[in-house]
Amino acid sequence: MKFTALLKKAGMLLPAVAILFQINTVQAAEKLVLTGASTIAPLAAEIGKRFEKQNPDVRVDVQTGGSSRGVSDARSGLADIGMASRKLKAEESDLKSFTIALDGVGLILHKDNPVKSLTDQQVIDIYTGKITNWKDVGGKDARITVVNKAEGRSTLELFLNYYKLKNSDIKPQVVIGDNQQGIKTVAGNTGAIGYVSIGTAEFDAGNGVPIKLLPLNGIAASVENVRNGSFPLSRPLNLVTKTAPQGLAKRFIEFASSKNVDDLVEAQYFVPLSRK
Amino acid sequence: MSRSHVNKSHADDILRIALMSAAVLAVGVLLLILLFLVRESWPALQRIGLYRFVSDAGWHPLEGAFNLAPMLIATFAAALGAILIAGPIGIASAVFGRFYAPPVIAETFRRMVALLAGIPSVVFGLWGLTVLVPIIAKWQPPGASLLAGMLILAFMVLPTVALTADAALKAVPKQYLHGANALGISQAGLIFNVAIPAARSGLIGGILLATARALGETMAVLMVAGNVVQVPNSLFDPVRVLTANIALEMAYATTEHRSALFVSGLALMLLVVGLAAMAGKLGGRLHG
Repeated sequence: MKFTALLKKAGMLLPAVAILFQINTVQAAEKLVLTGASTIAPLAAEIGKRFEKQNPDVRVDVQTGGSSRGVSDARSGLADIGMASRKLKAEESDLKSFTIALDGVGLILHKDNPVKSLTDQQVIDIYTGKITNWKDVGGKDARITVVNKAEGRSTLELFLNYYKLKNSDIKPQVVIGDNQQGIKTVAGNTGAIGYVSIGTAEFDAGNGVPIKLLPLNGIAASVENVRNGSFPLSRPLNLVTKTAPQGLAKRFIEFASSKNVDDLVEAQYFVPLSRK
Repeated sequence: MSRSHVNKSHADDILRIALMSAAVLAVGVLLLILLFLVRESWPALQRIGLYRFVSDAGWHPLEGAFNLAPMLIATFAAALGAILIAGPIGIASAVFGRFYAPPVIAETFRRMVALLAGIPSVVFGLWGLTVLVPIIAKWQPPGASLLAGMLILAFMVLPTVALTADAALKAVPKQYLHGANALGISQAGLIFNVAIPAARSGLIGGILLATARALGETMAVLMVAGNVVQVPNSLFDPVRVLTANIALEMAYATTEHRSALFVSGLALMLLVVGLAAMAGKLGGRLHG
């Protein structure tokens, strides 16, 4: 009986204890809110964790909702920092943007595929099912296996934007989740074409995986060309603020664009900035 | 004496309470999961409506099309194919182990099968993606296909079928077998007319268990089945199963898309619960 009485008492105490803890955390932490692009969110969360470790009294809160939300939240002040996986548009030029990394997507083929390059129109025709055999684009007589990404992935979004396609226009034979699955699928099928983050593809191609990156409009798909801005199928990952950042936001943006986070950038298959 | 008596009854009370809380916890978690699934899928069920999940033009959540039917069909097809392959092989191997193999070989064989059951599904998937799919691709591109999914699933549920069949055959009362032997029935007659009918409910239970596992399997199928949302016309067409759909898209889904994924999770859960209920009913009737 005593036992149950004790339980009851403990039960009554619990909410009080919970409130105490809450007050404690609220008082202890300075909070920084980031909202926006789902492409940047995982990277921002990792950077946030490292930032919190160095600044124990700071909490970094990262929420997704797309680049547009990032921009509008930064403007309205709902977020301290917005995240946008694109350049700011002309009508957004009142905001300040800070590039923390670059994202590049490259088309990959099996190493044994003799095709050396494809025009934009050929890529569109292959992905929409108008061309289904490699011999129509100068290759062997073999069926093309179109590898597409699952809905919601940032590489898919970038790819669709560049070729001005809708996902429902694409007629894929294989749909993949992450980059590694895409590389393994293409490496195991001489007739496959896919697209993945350039960082991983370049690393794997250099380490004996039988794939090759296709150039785009004559520009080689390499991390170097993404970094210097010449590769067209790429985009900046930006942090956006309403006015010139100050205090905590300024410290965070400086940290996020510093060398201290290059390993985190690479772990997410993005390309770190070039620094002098 | 009397003191230890009191202690004992106390110990019993504590044990009873502990066991009861464990039981409540197990059931409670299941109910909580169901509740959670319903709550998360409610917005989609309300705004999109059940009918559109089987009538929309396709599955393009970001363009407002939410047809789950092709994935439901693919899920059934893959699980059914896997059972059609693994069922007979699993039961045959159990019969071999129980009635034909010398004890040493039978024991080694059982251990190998148990080992097979312990291989993580992602390893099966990796093997399928780098070995099985390229082999099929040489024959019928793209290789990633319903067939690849069935074969991988068959490998994965084979131990479930083989081990439950083995246990079911072991449980057949020895008198039956001795009686059959005494009547001079051939070994084949003994297996097909005595042992298998007597072990029937155990065999069916094992197959239903394996089906449930095949329905719920995610990683391996995701890696080999191609994941294109379509109703397959042949074994070589790529398909996407419900579990793979959730795994592929959940991390990046927001609002209605996310809620629609919970609807597919709910559908899958109801499917498995239905299967388990059927297994219980069948088992009960066969026992009776």
